[in-house]
Amino acid sequence: MHPNLSFDQAPPISVPYRFFLAAPWFGVLAGLLLAWSGGDALVSRWTPEVLALTHLVGAGFMLQAMSGALFQFIPVAVGGNVWRPRLVANVVHPLLVVAALLLVAGLLFSSPAYLTAAVPLFLLGAGGLVAAVAVALWRTPATGMTLWSMRMAIGGLAVTVLLGSILAEALARGLDLPVIDLTNVHLAWALGGWALMLLAGVSYHVVPMFQLTRPYPLWFTRSFGPLLLLLLCAWSSRLVFDDDRWVTAIALPLLLVFSAYAIMTLWLQYTRRRKVDDATSLYFRVAMVSMLGFALSGALVRLYPEFGDDPRSIVWLGVLVFVGVFVSAITGMLYKITPFLNWLHLQRLGAPISAVPNMKKMIPADDMTGQLRLHVLALLLLLAAVWQPTLARLAGFAFAASCAWLAWNLIGAARRYRQFTDQIRAVVLHP
Amino acid sequence: MSITTPLFQHHKHCDDLFADAESACGNGDWEEGGKLFALLHDQLEAHFSSEEELLFPAFEAATGMTSGPTEVMRGEHRQMRDLLGQMGSGLADRDGDTFSGAAETLLILMQQHNMKEENILYPMCDNALGGSDVGATLSERLKAS
Repeated sequence: MHPNLSFDQAPPISVPYRFFLAAPWFGVLAGLLLAWSGGDALVSRWTPEVLALTHLVGAGFMLQAMSGALFQFIPVAVGGNVWRPRLVANVVHPLLVVAALLLVAGLLFSSPAYLTAAVPLFLLGAGGLVAAVAVALWRTPATGMTLWSMRMAIGGLAVTVLLGSILAEALARGLDLPVIDLTNVHLAWALGGWALMLLAGVSYHVVPMFQLTRPYPLWFTRSFGPLLLLLLCAWSSRLVFDDDRWVTAIALPLLLVFSAYAIMTLWLQYTRRRKVDDATSLYFRVAMVSMLGFALSGALVRLYPEFGDDPRSIVWLGVLVFVGVFVSAITGMLYKITPFLNWLHLQRLGAPISAVPNMKKMIPADDMTGQLRLHVLALLLLLAAVWQPTLARLAGFAFAASCAWLAWNLIGAARRYRQFTDQIRAVVLHP
Repeated sequence: MSITTPLFQHHKHCDDLFADAESACGNGDWEEGGKLFALLHDQLEAHFSSEEELLFPAFEAATGMTSGPTEVMRGEHRQMRDLLGQMGSGLADRDGDTFSGAAETLLILMQQHNMKEENILYPMCDNALGGSDVGATLSERLKAS
């Protein structure tokens, strides 16, 4: 039988859940760090606090959630078989958690010891993940642009981690390397090659499925990933060919490609058949509007030096893309994936379907929309705090609170899974 | 036109009916929602039974695969019928939570089921049943529903 036709290969529910449950706590830490640091932390992208915050969200929240989603998504959407998922997750998950915390500590305290300790753990953790996932993605008989985007994304993760490791070593040992250019290339691969590539590939599959939109047009899915990859390679040439006009000539089309994904997704949402809005569709809208804000601000920063000269403008871009785009899109997806995962695993316990609680019983809708409102408030406060430092502590607390609420909602889903499992087992054993 | 084209088109038709029924009930218009739901129920039932009584047996006879993909699809039809039943009782009791919870679950189950059929099973059926008249019979049956 074709592997796509069954969920039998889906990993045990504990595999994705451990990543999903860990992710929000990195956001809580990021919020608390900002609240503790105060307004001066956000004056430039190079302050130890901003470097630490960026990696709490990127290497913590995002990497955790996206790794968990990969384990779940590969068998279900592209029929791939991750080798012994429970074992791989048991090894990779703690490595990535400890590596991210060490990296953040190394950046925050400018500590060579923490930085050099983080590097091997990252290489092992992310290397193990990339290897296990890459084998699954290249062996599957499936075809299509979701699969190709996932393949490119896992390559993007590998480049991101390698460049990040070089940077950490350069910082720790004071190596004579072009650190600023390397950082810009590392960041572009992290955001474009890994995060956006995966988000787009997954969107091709789940946006029509969760929100009942039309499919992404074939011309779009066929050109988006390859074009993004090409532009990232061109962007990387700044390591050897650092001319400002060349960098602008690559940056603008790159931002255009980011916007094209956002506009296409918003258009599909706008013209969709399903008129019911829920936390997921609203979260996606927040993410796509933030993406457009990021692309527009990025273009202004490149084209008009009066914007770009203020170092805060890059921090503004960072808030838009990390919190506005990726934390929003990921949270929106988690709010569909976890309830469906619960239902899927519960209905396999053998009870009649009518005994299995439906998806809406897994996380109360009011808790999801309430958390969404707090997240949007935190995002707006963070954006304002970039220019108005007195707001930074409040913004930090708001972001910590919204991530804690997300954690609480996900813990609730896990708890309900356990509770419903016990109830259903009782029905199956004593009908 | 391939053998399974009418089934493809019918998926979209059912998606539209689903969206309309969900929207009406979500807005508290139970009367209109009830009519739309009845239509959705009939159309999905016609779709499932066309596959189970015509397409799947023909595919199984042509390929000898009786315990493979078609069995998985039959299992998912059973789950969707059950969820339709839950939506029906939610509707009868004017219970918005039961209706929308079952609808949400049905939607995702139905979408991933359709993707599997459209991407894998239907192309397999088109290959296996190329010269047969199953397509014409399917088309007539869905039109009559």
